[in-house]
Formats: sequence, C-alpha cells, structure tokens
Amino acid sequence: MEVIAFYIFALLAIVTSLLVVGQRNPMHSVMLLIASFGALAGLYVLLDAPFTAVTQIIIYAGAIMVLFLFVVMLLNLPREEPAPPAIAGRARPAGLKIAAVLSLLLAAELVWALSRIGLGWFAQDPAAASVSSVTRIGSRLFAQDGYAFAFEATSILILVAMIGAVVLARKEH
Amino acid sequence: MGWLPPAPVVAHLGLIFVIFNMLVLSAAFMVWLERKVCAYIQDRVGPNRVGFEGVLQPFADVIKLMFKEQLRPKAADTLLFAIAPVISAAAAFAAFAVVPFGTETTLFGLLDEPIPLQITDVNVAVLVIFAITSMGVYGIVLAGWSSNSKYSLLGGLRSSAQMISYELAYGLALAAVIMLAGSLSLREIVMNQAGTWWGFIPKWYLFLQPAGFLIYMIAGVAETNRAPFDFPEAEQELVAGYHTEYSSMSFALFFLAEYVNMVTVSAVATSLYLGGWLGPFLPDWLAWVWFLVKVFLLLFFYVWMRWTLPRYRYDQLMEFGWKWLLPAAVINLLATAALVLWLE
Repeated sequence: MEVIAFYIFALLAIVTSLLVVGQRNPMHSVMLLIASFGALAGLYVLLDAPFTAVTQIIIYAGAIMVLFLFVVMLLNLPREEPAPPAIAGRARPAGLKIAAVLSLLLAAELVWALSRIGLGWFAQDPAAASVSSVTRIGSRLFAQDGYAFAFEATSILILVAMIGAVVLARKEH
Repeated sequence: MGWLPPAPVVAHLGLIFVIFNMLVLSAAFMVWLERKVCAYIQDRVGPNRVGFEGVLQPFADVIKLMFKEQLRPKAADTLLFAIAPVISAAAAFAAFAVVPFGTETTLFGLLDEPIPLQITDVNVAVLVIFAITSMGVYGIVLAGWSSNSKYSLLGGLRSSAQMISYELAYGLALAAVIMLAGSLSLREIVMNQAGTWWGFIPKWYLFLQPAGFLIYMIAGVAETNRAPFDFPEAEQELVAGYHTEYSSMSFALFFLAEYVNMVTVSAVATSLYLGGWLGPFLPDWLAWVWFLVKVFLLLFFYVWMRWTLPRYRYDQLMEFGWKWLLPAAVINLLATAALVLWLE
C-alpha cells in the first residue's frame, strides 16, 4: 500500500517538475511547481514526517509560491515564444555547454553521495519514527544539540536580506 | 457478508460521507439563515415561499443554478478558469477533516472498537488547517487572473493580499493556544479544556486567551472575505470581484466554498477557544450537540456582523492588519509564553 502511494507521489513529482520547464505559459509553470511541492509533501508523509510535510505545504506551496504567482501576475508575463532561429542558433551552443556541465556535476554528486551511504534500503531507526513529534524536533533543535545559535543567526541573516531588499527597492525622495 | 470491508473501515467511510453532506447542508442552511436574518435586520420578511419559512429556498437556488448556462470569457485561460472554483471548494472541505466534533462512539454497540467522531486525528492538526487555508488562496487568485477581466483581476489581487496579510495574525493567535495546550492535535486541545474553575466557569481557552480569541475571529472574518472585510466583492467598485465572470455551477462552487470556510473557521474557533463538544447536562453520546450549538452561535455572529457593520476601506484594512492586529498578536504570543513559563 505504502509502496503504491510512494510510486504515485514520486511519479507525480517527477512529471510535474518536468512539465514546469516545458510550459510556454509562466502561470501554468507556477501551478505545476505547486503540484510538485504537494507531491513532495506526500512523500514526507510516507516517511513518517508529517510536520515536515505540513511545513513544506505552508512555506513552499503556500507562502513562497503565492509570491511567485504575484510576480508573474503583476508583470503580466506573456507566453514565451520559441526564439527565432537566428538568435537560437547563436545562443544554443553556449547554453547547451553550461547545461551539460551542470548536469554532469549533478550526476557525479549523486553517484558520490549514493556510493557513500550505499544502495539498498535504509535501515529503519526506531527513534526516527518518533521524530515526527513536534516536541522532539523542538527540543533537538533548540535544547539538546544546541542549534539555537545557528537557527537565530540564520533568521537574522534573512531579516538583513529583507531589509536590504526594501532599502534597494524604495524610491529616493 | 464476507465481501464487505471490515466494520471500522465501513464506519469510517460512513463518517466521511456524513461529514461531507453535513457541510453541504450547513452551507445551504447558512444561505437561508443569512437571507432571513438580513431580512429581519432590514425590516423585511425574506424568503418565505419555498417550504416552511423558505427553508427550501437554497435548494431551489441550486436547481436554478444547475440549469444556467456555463459562460466562459473568450480570452480566459481555459484550464485554470475551470480549475479555480474546484481548488476553492476542495480546500474549504479538506480543512474540516481534522476537526473533532464529539467523543468516541461505538454506534450503539455495532462496532467492537469505538471510533472518534473526526475524520482523522493527525498530530499536527492545527498546522494542517493552516496549510489548507493557505491553499485556498490559489482558487481565488487563479479565478481572478484566468478570467482575463479587470474586475476579476483586481478582486483576486485584493483578496489574496488580504488573506496573506491576515494569515499571519491568524497563525500567531493559533500559536498562543498551542503553547497553552502543549499539543497540535485538536482533539487533545479540546480535552485540555475539560473541567471548571470554582465549579462554574468552564476551563475554556477563551478565558485564558480573550485577546487571542478576538484576534482569531477578526482574522478569521478577513480570511473568509466576509463583511466588514469583503473587499474582493465590493460591488460598487469591482462588480462581483474575482467571480465576476463565473456563472452556473462554477459560481455555485465559490459560493459553497465561502460558506463552508465560515463553518470551518467557526468549528476551529469552537475547538480552540470554546471547549469543542464539552458541555454540561448532555450525556457523552450527545456531546456533538454542544459542538453544533457553539458553531451555530459563531455563525450567527458572522451574519449579524455582516448586516450591521459597513465595509472598511481597502487601505484601512491593510493598515489595520499590519499595524494593529499583527503587533497585538505578537504581544499576545509573548504574554502567553511568559504565562506558560511562569506556571511551569
């Protein structure tokens, strides 16, 4: 049962992600990306991590994608037409090379990561299942392992970035 | 009877079926109540032809809507225009899945194991509700954008900006209750409110969180786009807002979503602040009656407010949300945190 659900969500995540890139209409891309995030959330649920699944939906599918949607709507982006052959001919070789290098890099990283942990089923850690409890995540994050400083530092970093964006975007009077 | 799935599964499917239909019926009831109350407030009689005192009016309306022509603007985005009302309605219904409305029951001994009166009791229920409400925004944004009409677009933009702004205060009000209860499960939050102080004041979180309740209700009204925060459909400015171009059943879906959302916000408020199904006098198996009574009172309050208060201005709404409601919610959260620490 869980295996079937896994394949459904995995297939959904892969297909929608591929379709995101393939769309001519940016609005459709945004919607497909939301669907892809939703499928990922489904995978998190199957991994016994409902808290991660719900935060995935709230933060990525909810908050961040709404911003994407606003930007696309307010800029009123037109459908992307295929580039005319003259431009496409010039742009293609460089773009292809960069894309090829990046994909090779990603594939190498994947192989390296998998060879480190080994293929096959991951061992089920009995403690891992209880990580789903929010209390445990909270105490691990803030008390036991002492990630509190890293956590607060990250939030200050984000705050600085936010203020920076506001200052840059503000019109001078 | 060997071909039937096991009894708990059947009972659970039955429960889902009942809750779904209850939500649809409550939306129909709310339409009737809204028209009746509004009529009395305006010194009219209201619908009184179809059925006793017009109770069947909503059903007549639905039948009428079914036979209306389904219109679609020529320049609309076909796919998104069709999906938008479905997203709205689905999100409205889905949120109710984690709301508990009664104690456990064996259906008078039919089942060996008691089942809780709730579709699913996930341990992150409050967050699930929050997540699903944030999905509901898409239905409105997409409806506004895909109609390819200026009224729809403006209505959709306003509505989504409003929902995003008020979601913050809404979430912070929820967080304060979660701190008090020490749990994210709605069932546990309700159970924590059992008992009384000095024998007569129920231990509802309403009394520990009066400011939180007020913030939750204000944000809830803004979230559901109801008066006095119903800018998306400010008819003088925007015709009918994001659903201007919708007709027939796709319009009905938006309408349904609005009312089901009201029911959900009231039901969650009942669970978080008003002790859910807990109440005196009634035996355990009738506890859900208390739940219905409390939800009904909140819903009546919604209607009462709509026909009493004038609409805000849009900039006032945004200013109120960010400059007053959000800081108030933050202060409430900090005060609650201090209280919880002090009590430990």
